Amino acid sequence: MIDQSDNVIKLNSINRRVFILAAAKVIILGGIISRLFFLQVKENKKYLTLSDKNRIREWKLPPIRGDFKDFFGNTIAGNFEAYQLHLIPEQVENFRYTINRIKNILELSDNQFKRIIKKQKEIKPWETLIIADNLNWENFSKINNNLYDLNGVKPIISISRNYPYKENYTHILGYVSQANENDILSNEIVKEKFVQGLKVGKIGLEKTFENDLIGSNSIERYEVNAYGRRISQLAYQQGDKGKSIKLTVDTEVQKLANKLLADKSGSICVIDIFTGHVIAMQSSPSFDPNAFVFGISQDEWQLIRNDPMKPLVNKSISGNYSPGSTIKPIVALSALENDIINPKFTINCKGHKHPLELYGQTYHCWKKEGHGYVDMREAMKQSCDSYFYEVARRLGVDKLSETAKQFGLGAKVFDGLFSNEKNGLVPSTFWKKNALGSNWLLGETIITGIGQGYIQTTPIQLCLMTAQIANGGYKLYPKLLVENTKDEKKDKFVPLVKNPKNIKFIQDAIFSSTNEIRGTSYRSRIDNPKYQFAGKTGTAQVKRITERDRELDLKTSEIPYEERDHALYVAFGPYKNPRYAISILIEHGGSGGKVAAPLANTLFKKIIDRHEIRKNYETNKYLDI
Amino acid sequence: MYLHSRLENKGNFFRKIKDLDFILLVSILLLGFISLATMYSTDGGEILFHTKSHFSKFIIFTLLMLLISFLNIRFWFSIGYFGYVIVIGMLIWTINFGITVSGSQRWIDLYFINIQPSELMKVFIILCLAKFFHRKRLENINSFYSVIISLIIIFLPMGLVIIQPDLGTSILISISGIIVLWFAGLNHKYFFYSLLITVISLPFVISFLKPYQKIRVLTFLNPDRDPLGAGYQIIQSKIAVGSGGLFGKGYLKGTQSYLEFLPEKHTDFIFTLFSEEFGFVGSVFLLILYALIIYRTIKIGAISRSYFAKLFCYSFGASMFVFIVINMSMVLGLLPIVGSPLPIMSYGGSSMLATMIGFGIVMSAKIHSQQSIA
Repeated sequence: MIDQSDNVIKLNSINRRVFILAAAKVIILGGIISRLFFLQVKENKKYLTLSDKNRIREWKLPPIRGDFKDFFGNTIAGNFEAYQLHLIPEQVENFRYTINRIKNILELSDNQFKRIIKKQKEIKPWETLIIADNLNWENFSKINNNLYDLNGVKPIISISRNYPYKENYTHILGYVSQANENDILSNEIVKEKFVQGLKVGKIGLEKTFENDLIGSNSIERYEVNAYGRRISQLAYQQGDKGKSIKLTVDTEVQKLANKLLADKSGSICVIDIFTGHVIAMQSSPSFDPNAFVFGISQDEWQLIRNDPMKPLVNKSISGNYSPGSTIKPIVALSALENDIINPKFTINCKGHKHPLELYGQTYHCWKKEGHGYVDMREAMKQSCDSYFYEVARRLGVDKLSETAKQFGLGAKVFDGLFSNEKNGLVPSTFWKKNALGSNWLLGETIITGIGQGYIQTTPIQLCLMTAQIANGGYKLYPKLLVENTKDEKKDKFVPLVKNPKNIKFIQDAIFSSTNEIRGTSYRSRIDNPKYQFAGKTGTAQVKRITERDRELDLKTSEIPYEERDHALYVAFGPYKNPRYAISILIEHGGSGGKVAAPLANTLFKKIIDRHEIRKNYETNKYLDI
Repeated sequence: MYLHSRLENKGNFFRKIKDLDFILLVSILLLGFISLATMYSTDGGEILFHTKSHFSKFIIFTLLMLLISFLNIRFWFSIGYFGYVIVIGMLIWTINFGITVSGSQRWIDLYFINIQPSELMKVFIILCLAKFFHRKRLENINSFYSVIISLIIIFLPMGLVIIQPDLGTSILISISGIIVLWFAGLNHKYFFYSLLITVISLPFVISFLKPYQKIRVLTFLNPDRDPLGAGYQIIQSKIAVGSGGLFGKGYLKGTQSYLEFLPEKHTDFIFTLFSEEFGFVGSVFLLILYALIIYRTIKIGAISRSYFAKLFCYSFGASMFVFIVINMSMVLGLLPIVGSPLPIMSYGGSSMLATMIGFGIVMSAKIHSQQSIA
């Protein structure tokens, strides 16, 4: 059918085409190989990176927070091992059974139980479900005893914040709690280090030094599959613990301050008058910051929030109070510095029957019978209001405010250390014009002279003021942190007064107030020269005293709590060789002499006993170096 | 006489064994071994379902290939049309009674095995067309009648497969057919014009594609437009291949597949897995192995006396080449994703069956190379 010649032509044709196609095949094969070369050799690095990005995932762990230490190196905010209970739902054979079993063992309430169930539904089955974040030892061991029955349940020991001195340092340190959205958005470092369960400082130094304290995350690197399930751990990178911060405070003094203020609302501040170290600063009532670490319950929170004594307010730095008579040393000093009067200047205080009258207003001395003829020393000793009305009248508010500001009133003491620190207020004619838009009245000068009216101070400012009087009138910068760096400006002794004699005189006048008969705090004195201190009482009115009140002359306990006077006391000691200044404030405590001054007695004994230890600790430390 | 015939037959049998193309056989066995090893890797280094099934299929189909190769090439010539008609019948059966898997009706249930007739068609269309052109005189090849008949032979199965729907396989079937036309000596201008028409009509064709097919084309043009959706396969495949590097990540250490980033790793993307674990060197070796197999196939074509055997071997070799290139180009991101298995390597019985039948016929052509067909 097919003849030979046709077959030959046909074969020629097919052979030619085979050749053409073979050539094409070689070219295409070359193309495939060059593509392979491009992907596998040339671009290898890029794809290797992409492949690693696919398979490797990192998990950050919460960083370990730095400690706070007191001056002697005691940890006042540290970390402890919290017993936690974790569960990975997919590793549990029968979730319902297990969770009910746990419920019975831990005696969980229905509410807690519901919350756990809700959480479980939100997470992926291979993610960790935290059933309890802070178990007590008893429950933790109960779980451990029942582990044979609880497949997939993991008892875990994790690191968490702990405040061993509980309420003693709450106001200085603040507290940490679960980071919320606001914390993350307002702090870049927190944002970067955030992981579920990260706790950040909410207030106080914990918040201020967040960036130093936070530390760095430990990182776990896992190989994961396409569905995000962890296959194996590749690496573990230990993070660094946050920086530890050493404070100047002395826990013994702080504890005593807390004890002295028990059941009272108020503040105690203690400052070293030469170094500016804050030895103690306590605000009362306080609360246990440990409660916040794992989230405080709504009931407890309401209890703290609604307490009329305001435990949440750090009264030492955010409480604005009229200084009352504790301002008198400044008034006297200002008058002496400005040569308005000399110490010999005398007035006759005639008591309530003959008060000072000015433009129809009457200005009473606190003493019904009057003090009679008093000079400056005597007036300071007995805290005669009439005398200081007259001095203030002659001095004028502007000169007074200048001296007061020099001595640290009306400005923040810890520059930027606390977000909640208040300025206080030292009024002047200029201030009133600006702020209130009206002219200054002479009557306002007169009451400013006894620390009433517009003038507002915080307890730490009063303490600083006293310290600067006690150290001979030199500028002092209070510190809470022990820093090794030298600050030229802050270490230089800058005198605040023109004539050192004036300071000497004021110191002596304050001494008389405590250590001489008829002095306002005579009963609280210590005769032993080692502990002997000098102090000025203050009683700040919270409301205007009416004629009727004056007639009734009620005892403190008979007046409603909110209307009682604030009791104040500022002091320094030991008198011979002053080293420490204190300020005490008892809100609505009544008379400064009766309520505040007696605390100073106990306090000074402690402070001065501790002084030796503190001094030795410091020299030993230097010797070690 | 009878005894003599028996003895002669016996001698015939041993001669046939001696005439086997051992290079081709060994290459195929080596490829089968590589494919089993790779399958073992896709199962995560355990002998699981895919490995077991692939192993048994490979053994059975290799024996089948040997059986086929001992049958006279004349037998294959004689069933050329019949085989084609049977497969067409199976395709029609598929449309009516086929098993539907993920939206397309491709398989028929033969109780002991599920078979995909469209894969078989890749071989039987070559067989059919080779027989058709074997009888044609050269001057008749370009006649209107023979062109029309051959186009019908190509378009009929293509249409039947498209409606399954399975665009990829139907294209591969038509490519197999067109290759036969090329070798048969159809005028170059037909190829040129039809290519031109295809290119021009491409935009219109695309507009008729199903949405998922359109997405595949768009994804091919820019895989990053939907990296977690449609572009996921191709991106992950490129990452796997690229991260393999020169020598690969090592056997059973391909993270992309082991951690399940790689989709379809048993079937269409098996080369990706191989390439990830054995790198550029391994991939080139695999390519050389394929090239050797194709070279042997063409060589057998060259030594065959009959035109039918020549045409079949050349066409089958060329279509194997095209299937390999299309699969590799696809996983290397050079072509859009179309379902096209890598011959022998990929998991899938029908594809392997078709390939082994093809190689069986090729080997039969080798053994009976001196046989002429009237």
